Amino acid sequence: METFMIILSGILFTIATYLILNKNFLRIVLGITLFSHATHMMLMAINGLKRGAAPLLGEHADAYTDPIPQALILTSIVISFALTALLLVLGYRTYIELGTDNMKKLRGESHE
Amino acid sequence: MSTLHLAILLPFIFVVIIPLLYKYTRAIHTGWIALVVPVTLFVYFMQYFSINKAIDPITVTVPWIPSIGLGLTLYLDSLSLLFALLITGIGTLVVLYSIFYLSKDRERLNHFYAYLMLFMGAMLGSVLSDNLLLLYSFWELTSVSSFLLIAYWYQRKRSRYGAQKSLYITMTGGFSMLLGFIILYAASGTFSIREIIAMGDAVTTHALFIPAMFFILLGAFTKSAQFPFHIWLPDAMEAPTPISAYLHSATMVKAGVYLVARLTPIFGAFLEWSWTIIIVGIVTLAMGSFNALKQYDLKALLAYSTISQLGLIMSLLGVGSLSMNSNYAPYSEYFIAAFVAAIFHLINHSVFKGSLFMMVGILDHETGTRDIRKLGGIMHLMPISFTFTMIGAFSMAGLPPFGGFISKEMFFTGVLSLAEHSNAWITIIPIIAWIASIFTFIYCMIIIFKSFTGTYHEDLLDKKPHEPPFGMLISPAVLSILAIALFFFPGLVDTSIIEPTVKEMAPVAPLFIENPDWHVHISAWHGFNLELVMTIGIILLGTWLYLTYEKWKTPVFDLIPRHLNLFTLYDKAIEGMEKTATRITKSYMTGSTTHYLSYIFSFLIIAALATLIGTGSFVLDTSQDSPIEWYELMLGIATVIAAVFVLFSTSRLMSIMGIGVIGFTISLFFVIFRAPDLALTQLVVETISTALFLLCFYFLPKMKASVESIRFKLTNAIIAIGVGLTLTLLGLSAYGYRVFEPIAEYFSNSYELAGAKNIVNAILVDFRAFDTMLEIVVLFSAGIGIYTYIKLRYAGRND
Amino acid sequence: MKFTDVYLQTATKILVFIIMTFSIYVLFAGHNNPGGGFIGGLITASALVLLYIAFDLQTVQEVFPVDYKKLAATGVLVSVLTGVGSLVLGVPFLSQTFKYVELPFLGNTELTTAMIFDLGVYMCVVGTTMTIITSISEDDI
Repeated sequence: METFMIILSGILFTIATYLILNKNFLRIVLGITLFSHATHMMLMAINGLKRGAAPLLGEHADAYTDPIPQALILTSIVISFALTALLLVLGYRTYIELGTDNMKKLRGESHE
Repeated sequence: MSTLHLAILLPFIFVVIIPLLYKYTRAIHTGWIALVVPVTLFVYFMQYFSINKAIDPITVTVPWIPSIGLGLTLYLDSLSLLFALLITGIGTLVVLYSIFYLSKDRERLNHFYAYLMLFMGAMLGSVLSDNLLLLYSFWELTSVSSFLLIAYWYQRKRSRYGAQKSLYITMTGGFSMLLGFIILYAASGTFSIREIIAMGDAVTTHALFIPAMFFILLGAFTKSAQFPFHIWLPDAMEAPTPISAYLHSATMVKAGVYLVARLTPIFGAFLEWSWTIIIVGIVTLAMGSFNALKQYDLKALLAYSTISQLGLIMSLLGVGSLSMNSNYAPYSEYFIAAFVAAIFHLINHSVFKGSLFMMVGILDHETGTRDIRKLGGIMHLMPISFTFTMIGAFSMAGLPPFGGFISKEMFFTGVLSLAEHSNAWITIIPIIAWIASIFTFIYCMIIIFKSFTGTYHEDLLDKKPHEPPFGMLISPAVLSILAIALFFFPGLVDTSIIEPTVKEMAPVAPLFIENPDWHVHISAWHGFNLELVMTIGIILLGTWLYLTYEKWKTPVFDLIPRHLNLFTLYDKAIEGMEKTATRITKSYMTGSTTHYLSYIFSFLIIAALATLIGTGSFVLDTSQDSPIEWYELMLGIATVIAAVFVLFSTSRLMSIMGIGVIGFTISLFFVIFRAPDLALTQLVVETISTALFLLCFYFLPKMKASVESIRFKLTNAIIAIGVGLTLTLLGLSAYGYRVFEPIAEYFSNSYELAGAKNIVNAILVDFRAFDTMLEIVVLFSAGIGIYTYIKLRYAGRND
Repeated sequence: MKFTDVYLQTATKILVFIIMTFSIYVLFAGHNNPGGGFIGGLITASALVLLYIAFDLQTVQEVFPVDYKKLAATGVLVSVLTGVGSLVLGVPFLSQTFKYVELPFLGNTELTTAMIFDLGVYMCVVGTTMTIITSISEDDI
């Protein structure tokens, strides 16, 4: 399962990177979102999966899954949300102001 | 914290106070506030000064960054005291002078005095630091404040150019000096000058000791405008005249001299040290005095004269350091005399050059020009100014009855004894020195007589010249009196300052070991000797050359090609560097996100993969894997399909939906992986994100089918696959290879430690609450950022 | 885009109430069960988004006059102040503590400073998310 999940996130990383290298702004934002998903998956998988109960002491289980990656990922989810929103609005404003979302056209003049 | 620390701190406090008070004290000249600092400090340092005996060195320390051996260690001995007195004493006079020189209504005085105080503090810090790193920090701060002061009238192009030039050159030297200091640290294990001196041979036998010496000398030479680094000083004359008088003649340019004097106990016994300084000093002396003749601008003339006088002092320090060399042991006493001359001339130079700069400032102020072609015949209009100028210039020319005469004679003694006790060809040095002194004599005469006597050109002057206000004359008057006093009463400084300084500079000189009771005694009359003959020769020949100046100047100056000078070389070098830098930067700063990201990703692939393979750390261990259920497999495949769908989709809506699907499958994965908090959060975030995407959706442009070249796509694909592969391999290795025990056990006690049964929540709000706090700050900042993106419009087109 | 969908509006009125209640529960249950400030905040935000979709901006703004920017700022401030509180008591920044007390109606209840911290997180999340969404939808080109 862990190997499967790591390879799965590897595939997601590949696709995300390709999207990020694109010139279309929306695709870049989508790529970044996908990249963070892949990261979360990999973080979970590296620590071992399905080893014990959810980290709630109320479960009274013998073993619990490692709570640290979960806490890290929870933080990361919220930050990625903020980042996605910021980028999205940046792209949107750029398009409104400059009339394009093509990164190639958004390049500065050569004298800058 | 000692009073010495407070003394350095005081100017820095005023750097802050002056701009604050400026608004409320517009009625009075800011200079009066600033004047408090040098006066207080001068009085403070005077308490250590007594005419009959030397100061007992004081060391005080405040720890600063103990881990790198940086402490605020201050050391006050005679050499430091001499400089401290010069800095604060001349500082007092300069601030007083500037009050009358700079208009209260037209100038930004808050800037001026804040920079000036910054300089004063930095300069005091440099001469009082015992720690090399501390010295370096203050040293660079003097360069920065000098930069700010030269560019004070930043509207002028020349000012900016001069400021930049001085910063480039002195900073380059400073950096090289830092390198030297670091080598010294490597050799000795300490940054303290005292301790390095005490170590003796342990330091000097280090392999890099000689390179360190040259690195440090480079710093000293650039700062003291020694050939070939002198080119910044004439351009620095764009600064207001009080600044030229203070920084660029009396104090800052002497920092190099200070450094050489301070480090002489470490390096002095090496012939490389002595001869480098002697040769550079003599060349600078000759070149500076010769170039001074060519100048029409009085300030430029004084700048070159400063360069040449600094060369003189430097060469004397070089000659003096021979006293510590074992080859010259029998003549130790003669060489020590050069040290005495160096320190005495340093004092004299500060006095007469400070005064001369102030007088040139007065001329500029009262006539509107500093050009000697326009000036002339104003002696009867400004008799007092004429007198003070004459005193300063005569002292510089080495005429009695002024202090400069004595030190000039002592300089001749120094170079003559060098020639006497060295190889025959060294005789050239006294000859060069003598010729340079003739030039010095001529330009001194130019200063006095070209500007004050001759025909009066009323039409060339902007205003009718008259004596300056009384206040402006106070400072030059004090200095002129000092210039005379130093001739009649050299005893003021010989026992109190010069003797202990010389003993500090050459602690191992054979003279002091054989004869501990040796004393410095300076007197005006040395008897009828060769030096006096040389002086008389200078006066006779100099006068003749001055009178025939108009005839020989053009043919002589034309001997030197105009285009082949250091100034053009500097300009060309700067231009070339700028061009090269632009070209290199442009080659990779293309402004394309794709390119930048490619660099980052490629670096990731190369660095991570190389490390992984190079260290043989790749591990694949599937034995611990938990079993895969069929629904997990399905979910995984669904995720990949959705991702591939996003990759190839050309519709905005479909792409957003695809990402949504991935988000929801991932939250299902979280459920499977026993992470209920994550599953819940992911679910809600995905919902809101999708809503957000759709909100912006209306306004976002349609995704066009990409028309990129195959090459572009292929490169990206290779990079993307590389990243995917690298991260997969990294992940697998990280999974299969455990170095440390997991720390999860600690958090399992969350109920006892935090009263929480939800461990993840306990980590978030209790154990690692600091992270969470910063996280919500990030979130909040993003929110505010978005708000400003939306609400902020170009101010120009407020529609 | 003003439209009226009676079904959606009626459903929303009930749903929002349920979701809000659930989000408050999640917020306070977070210490011992899945939940907490983040999730609670996001759920509240999604309830509000639902409101904005069913009704229009002005209507909701009139009924529910909250400045979300200030809410977010207050949230950050509350969280930071919890941390500062521990400084005042002479323990390291952000040290949390907890206590069990008898409260009327609620019985034996656990009171923690972490709860206050989490409340700050909750406010910040709601405030920020709603700031983002309202400012985009308010933007008229």
